[in-house]
Amino acid sequence: MQGPIIGKLSRISGPMIAADGMLGVGMGEIVRVGKMGLMGEVIRIDGETVYAQVYEDTSGMYLGEPVESLGTPLSVELGPGLLGMTYDGIQRPLITLQKSSGDFIARGLTAEPLDYVRKWAWTPTVKVGDSVTTGDFLGNVPETEFLKHYVMVPPNISGKIASIAGTGEYNIHETIATLDNGTQLTMTHKWPVKRPRPFRRKLPAVTPFITGQRVLDMLFPVVLGGSAIVPGGFGAGKTVVEQQISKFCNADIIVYVGCGERGNEMADVLDEFPHLTDPKTGGPLMNRTILVVNTSNMPVAAREASVYTGITLAEYYRDQGYDVAMMADSTSRWAEALREISSRLEEMPGEEGYPTYLSARLADFYERTGRIECLSTVNDTQAMRHGSLTLVGAVSPAGGDFSEPVTQNSMRVSGGFWALDAKLAYSRHYPSVNWNQSYSLYFKELQPWFRENAPKGWPERRQQAVDLLQKDTELQEIVQLVGPDALQDQERLILEISRMIKEVFLQQNAYSDDDAYSSLEKTGGLLEALMIFYEESQQAVQKGVHLTTILRHPSREEVARLREINSNGFMTKQKVVVDQVKAAMQGLIAAAV
Amino acid sequence: MSEPESDLLQKEYWDLKYITGPLVFLSNGGRFPTGAILDLTLENGQVRQGQVLEATTTHAVVQILQGTQGIDIKGTAVSLRDEAAKMACSVDVIGRRFNGTGIPIDGLAPIVADEEREIGGSAINPVSRDKPNDFIETGVSAIDGFNTLVRGQKLPVFSGSGLPANELANMIVQQSRVRGDDEEFVVIFASMGLTAREADYFLRSFEEGGQGSRVVAFMNKADDPAIERLFAPRCALTVAEYLAFEKGYQVLVVLTDMTSYCETLRQISSAREEIPGRRGYPGYMYTDLSTIYERAGRIVGKKGSITQIPILTMPDDDITHPIPDLTGYITEGQIVLGRGLHRQGVFPPVDILPCLSRLMNNGIGKGRTQPWHREWANQLYASYARGRDVRKLMAIVGEDALTEIDKNYLRFAINFEKFMVGQGERRRDIDGTFELGWKLMGLLPRQELTRIKRETVEQFYKETTNADFH
Ligand SMILES: Nc1ncnc2c1ncn2[C@@H]1O[C@H](COP(=O)(O)OP(=O)(O)OP(=O)(O)O)[C@@H](O)[C@H]1O
Ligand SMILES: [Mg+2]
Repeated sequence: MQGPIIGKLSRISGPMIAADGMLGVGMGEIVRVGKMGLMGEVIRIDGETVYAQVYEDTSGMYLGEPVESLGTPLSVELGPGLLGMTYDGIQRPLITLQKSSGDFIARGLTAEPLDYVRKWAWTPTVKVGDSVTTGDFLGNVPETEFLKHYVMVPPNISGKIASIAGTGEYNIHETIATLDNGTQLTMTHKWPVKRPRPFRRKLPAVTPFITGQRVLDMLFPVVLGGSAIVPGGFGAGKTVVEQQISKFCNADIIVYVGCGERGNEMADVLDEFPHLTDPKTGGPLMNRTILVVNTSNMPVAAREASVYTGITLAEYYRDQGYDVAMMADSTSRWAEALREISSRLEEMPGEEGYPTYLSARLADFYERTGRIECLSTVNDTQAMRHGSLTLVGAVSPAGGDFSEPVTQNSMRVSGGFWALDAKLAYSRHYPSVNWNQSYSLYFKELQPWFRENAPKGWPERRQQAVDLLQKDTELQEIVQLVGPDALQDQERLILEISRMIKEVFLQQNAYSDDDAYSSLEKTGGLLEALMIFYEESQQAVQKGVHLTTILRHPSREEVARLREINSNGFMTKQKVVVDQVKAAMQGLIAAAV
Repeated sequence: MSEPESDLLQKEYWDLKYITGPLVFLSNGGRFPTGAILDLTLENGQVRQGQVLEATTTHAVVQILQGTQGIDIKGTAVSLRDEAAKMACSVDVIGRRFNGTGIPIDGLAPIVADEEREIGGSAINPVSRDKPNDFIETGVSAIDGFNTLVRGQKLPVFSGSGLPANELANMIVQQSRVRGDDEEFVVIFASMGLTAREADYFLRSFEEGGQGSRVVAFMNKADDPAIERLFAPRCALTVAEYLAFEKGYQVLVVLTDMTSYCETLRQISSAREEIPGRRGYPGYMYTDLSTIYERAGRIVGKKGSITQIPILTMPDDDITHPIPDLTGYITEGQIVLGRGLHRQGVFPPVDILPCLSRLMNNGIGKGRTQPWHREWANQLYASYARGRDVRKLMAIVGEDALTEIDKNYLRFAINFEKFMVGQGERRRDIDGTFELGWKLMGLLPRQELTRIKRETVEQFYKETTNADFH
């Protein structure tokens, strides 16, 4: 092997540099730029000149400074200790950076991604002489109180176990297994972020990705292994949606990528998550979370790195057989970074200045989601395992206009479309998911699951609500022409019930102690109560009860206030209210005839 | 900007080869680092500053701060002034006045720097950030009650031309208090392209309000060099970081008008022949703006804070224009002024529906304002939104076609705008705001108030009529 290739800086243009004398360097390789040794990635090669995007601010450098190729692509280190960490876009722990440069991030810093001193309690699960191949478990360590981290044979490696470390405490760099061909394995390995990790095959999805958000779980559910995008103008509520899902969803592990967004939002997560409990295990929420943070004022090229870093970490846990959910807030900032670099390279721009390969990049990225059969030897001892990677990508369209390229291209490759609506947000209807515009392509596949596992009558009640909202939209058009007074009582009842569906059921305040999370039981029960109220009042109106009498009746407020009841114990209260409604309406009918 | 180091004989070069708009191209790209500040000495002895934007083996691109008028290729010498744009920091800046690049213009002695800092700054490590949660009582109901400002927040004012954004900003500067607190605070004011009249208005108000001695002003007026507008907010924030995080001050930074700033950015971009993004603004404007706006906040273990109130003018009152749009994507909410309200004589004409304070929840609630503050605000918000819809409907179908309840909402919305928003110039404390809110809710039937806990409604609800407001 030859020594490192060292060239000279020949151009500096914001986040993009060129270096001469770099013959032999490959696309995607990492370079160290200038005397400060800033990290960059080769994105174009022209003869002996390479162009690189630099993950740090390039100002202050002179032409002629050295550029050195490291000969490896941008990779992340995978192993126990990832959970609970906060990384920047290139997997440097922010805590380590704080230790070395204080409250403001300096340039040219390096940092080990994983704690290599910490000892992990290792339990081997193979023995000498076993044949192992990619994905086979060698053993495991308790990464957190509730989560076993399975140490796997890294991709492209196989052989017979020549030696295996016995139960005991080891750090991540100690050899825990040796193969007959001499390969030494530790608890970690590296993987290039832009290459999807291998698996055996994709599987059809069967279970829902439950978010604890009524509008999503009831109307637009996504599958474990699916993907959804959340487009919306500024302040529409994308970040809150991503954070709520991170807190309450039914994944085992969350990778939260803050890509080109606010520093304070990350501080918020760091402040809040350690004190919240993981709904699945009861442990601290932070213990199932990995944060990858590249705020808007951090170098723009690292935004691209951050989403790839995030998804590679997610795939790694998926490969162990876990359900992983990745939140990307916001994918538009990544697309903008692509646009900026592309324009510095003077590439021919596509729509709105974005590079023509934008759609291909987005498609490749969304394709990394899915429910999969993991790689491993399938025999008596190594059972087949499944993992899943679900992606929720925020999209920040310019001017809130969904016809722009990032929204359109992401829509094409994702299965859920949760459109946030500024007008709803302005009237504090949160989550501002527009029920007319949004959709989920997974609903059909999920029908059997909901029928079997969700509260009784789920699909029917859902349909009833969807029909009412549809009718409401039509009636609103009439109202806008002639006023509500021109409508029949039955029609006005539909308007009122729809208003209740919107206010009581679709809205969900993220800051409410009792309603931030809605279990499937509560979601189903609340809709059921509303629909029973509807059916009963419909009857009452038919029997001649005045609509105003119904609307003023205290039982209506009781239904509306059901929302305030915690998911725990919800159904008990719901039953009381439903009985109250039935009795009340019978009473009104009796009085009317 | 720092003084040139006169004792060092700076090497001079005659490298100019091309001049376009605000840019000068040098024929040798390798002499100076990117970001460096250069001195250009014209034949007549005049000296101007430039900053290196880009370097390649064939040329360097330099933006000229004071404009390129009068520069010629043959007789202009270039020398290095500083490796980066810097600002002299010291507590002595308080009470002083500078131009956009940080050079004193008040005729007083130069600042003896305690520390020279690069004005570009660097990103606060997100793990070092502390949660902003001190409620700032601005005395403006539309803000305190509905879009609460907290220390360390960046909350811009979106204005339209001719709307009283400056008056509102001034009201905030004059009247803000943090309850139970007498810490030292400083106002840093960066003007970008303001007319002389606007700039005077601020400075005079500061003097009259007694803040004069606590203000640091960076003045770039409409007739000052445009490129200096790119430097003014950075100089201001460099001083802000120094005062807040080294010296423990509570700093309020007013940046106005960000629209002028963005226009300068566009000018440079088009001179560089870059591929334009939306409406001709550069594709990197989001990133550029974030390096200004993200310099607000608090840091764990530090006493001081930086609160930012950027002001911008929405071209055509269009909130989807790239300047307000990209700003809104970075800042922690926005206060939006409405022309309709202004025409009706409502002051401050805050159109609360599109307004937002994302940090509101940190600053309100039990122990800060009232435990029911959030519900109270949500209820009023939702009711006002509904009232506005009714008003629109009424314009089409007439008042008679409205239902009784719709009429309630209509009355509510009218009084809300007139009294809650239109408070005039007088300060109203948060208790006054709450009281008025309950009184307005009295215009609605009690059972409509389902966003507020039943106990709270029972405690505060009292039916009111239109007559109670006159
Ligand atoms: N479910 C919710 N419950 C209560 N408030 C909400 C909810 N969703 C959003 N909000 C309010 O809206 C504000 C803006 O939401 P958020 O920060 O998620 O917007 P965003 O779409 O991410 O905006 P940006 O694109 O600018 O980042 C929040 O700070 C909060 O006040
Ligand atoms: Mg957001």
